[in-house]
Amino acid sequence: MDVAVYKLRTPISEEDVRRLQLGDVIYISGIMVTARDSAHRRAMEILRAGGSLPVDLRGGVLYHCGPVVKKVGEEWRVVAAGPTTSIRMEPFEAEFIKLTGVRVIVGKGGMGADTTRACKEYGAVYTVFTGGCGALAANAIKHVQRVEWLDLGVPEALWVFEVEEFGPLVVTIDAHGNNFHERISAEAERRKTQVYEMLGLK
Amino acid sequence: MSIQVIEETAFNLLKLAATILPPDVKEALRRAYETETSEMGKAQLEAILENVRVAEEKQLPICQDTGVISFYVRIGSDFPIRKGIYEALVRATRRATKEVPLRPNAVDPIQERNTGDNTGRHIPYVHWEIFDGDYMELIAFPKGVGSENMCKLAMLSPAHRLKGLKKFVIDTILEAGGKPCPPVIVGVAFGGGLDIAAELAKRTLLRPLDRPNPVPELAKLEEELLKAINETGIGPMGLGGRWTALRVHVDYACRHPGGYPVAVAIQCWAARRAAARINADGSVEYLTHKVG
Repeated sequence: MDVAVYKLRTPISEEDVRRLQLGDVIYISGIMVTARDSAHRRAMEILRAGGSLPVDLRGGVLYHCGPVVKKVGEEWRVVAAGPTTSIRMEPFEAEFIKLTGVRVIVGKGGMGADTTRACKEYGAVYTVFTGGCGALAANAIKHVQRVEWLDLGVPEALWVFEVEEFGPLVVTIDAHGNNFHERISAEAERRKTQVYEMLGLK
Repeated sequence: MSIQVIEETAFNLLKLAATILPPDVKEALRRAYETETSEMGKAQLEAILENVRVAEEKQLPICQDTGVISFYVRIGSDFPIRKGIYEALVRATRRATKEVPLRPNAVDPIQERNTGDNTGRHIPYVHWEIFDGDYMELIAFPKGVGSENMCKLAMLSPAHRLKGLKKFVIDTILEAGGKPCPPVIVGVAFGGGLDIAAELAKRTLLRPLDRPNPVPELAKLEEELLKAINETGIGPMGLGGRWTALRVHVDYACRHPGGYPVAVAIQCWAARRAAARINADGSVEYLTHKVG
């Protein structure tokens, strides 16, 4: 795989994400907004009713993350903020991409066919940050701009982070319908027979 | 000797567990990094090692998912304190949540409300054991949900015995793919019943990675399963490579003639645990981490 490295700043254009290929590495500077399970659920309720979210995500970066934070005086500080398992957001994500205009999704573990189709149709990519690397991620988050929906609890709130060269993020779903996770799964499935044989199974 | 010693030790263990991986886990990750052949897999392991270093240096949580808190408590029959231990563990959990800090991960599912301090109904969860002796052993075991969500339990038919178990383990790993943050540690237990298999599978995760299984048949099964799992090519973070699992640990209980429960407990690479021994005179020895 020929790996290219891109540094992107928000807001990100459709052209910027359309040129990315599977395996490319990107670093993000600017704004990243977190949303995970409950936040997706609430966002969909609002967007489907024709409302708007407290943060404009057009050209933005959505981060599947529930951070550890600490309040120092009036200011929130990020202590650890690695990605959470993205597939839980699969039931919402295609419509989320369509209705928000988000360009880059950051998570871990991969996403499914609906998200892959939406990335292709609306011009977005899905990228992974190494799971569990909460301390590394926190290093790239320079400032908490604000937080919304704190009533959902700290992990579930919408955190608006100002980040500087957040990465490396590996593009694993591009804007052309390719999904790297599906390739790895297919390969593992192909090897299954061989693995079964190693264990004396038919 | 006062209850304060237990609370203080529990707090220290929660902080150590969240911020510093035990040496056996660090060593296994280093070995995986050195021998990983996939470029993408190696890059993931490099980030993991760097993250472990930064977390330890800055005393930050390794992962933002600081887990659901559970403790394994072994109390010697002659240990001077019995009263108020659970309450001390709850206080330690609240304090660690605030001071380390840990992410509040206890959601009351009736109210659908985060309790905010990692405590609530049955949380922290404590596994109690009494033995003949005069000291107390305390293990803090916070476990993240990414790997927990990929754990599985099946009541298999005794017709297939170990073959059924092996197939179930492989199928569980294939279904999990990159989601539980590989390279993982896989705890497998069979026999007993629903609760016994699950309990034993989880408990095997407490065994240091460099300590071989004392039961030769199990040690052989562990090696066989590890080799097969790593043949899947799922690799670090599911991006391809030879290290899908660092280790497989197996335990068992005698089974009912008509049953064959099998539990697979998956632990992410951030295999956090911290243990200490509290002596009758109130002195504390940390077993997994260097302290002081």
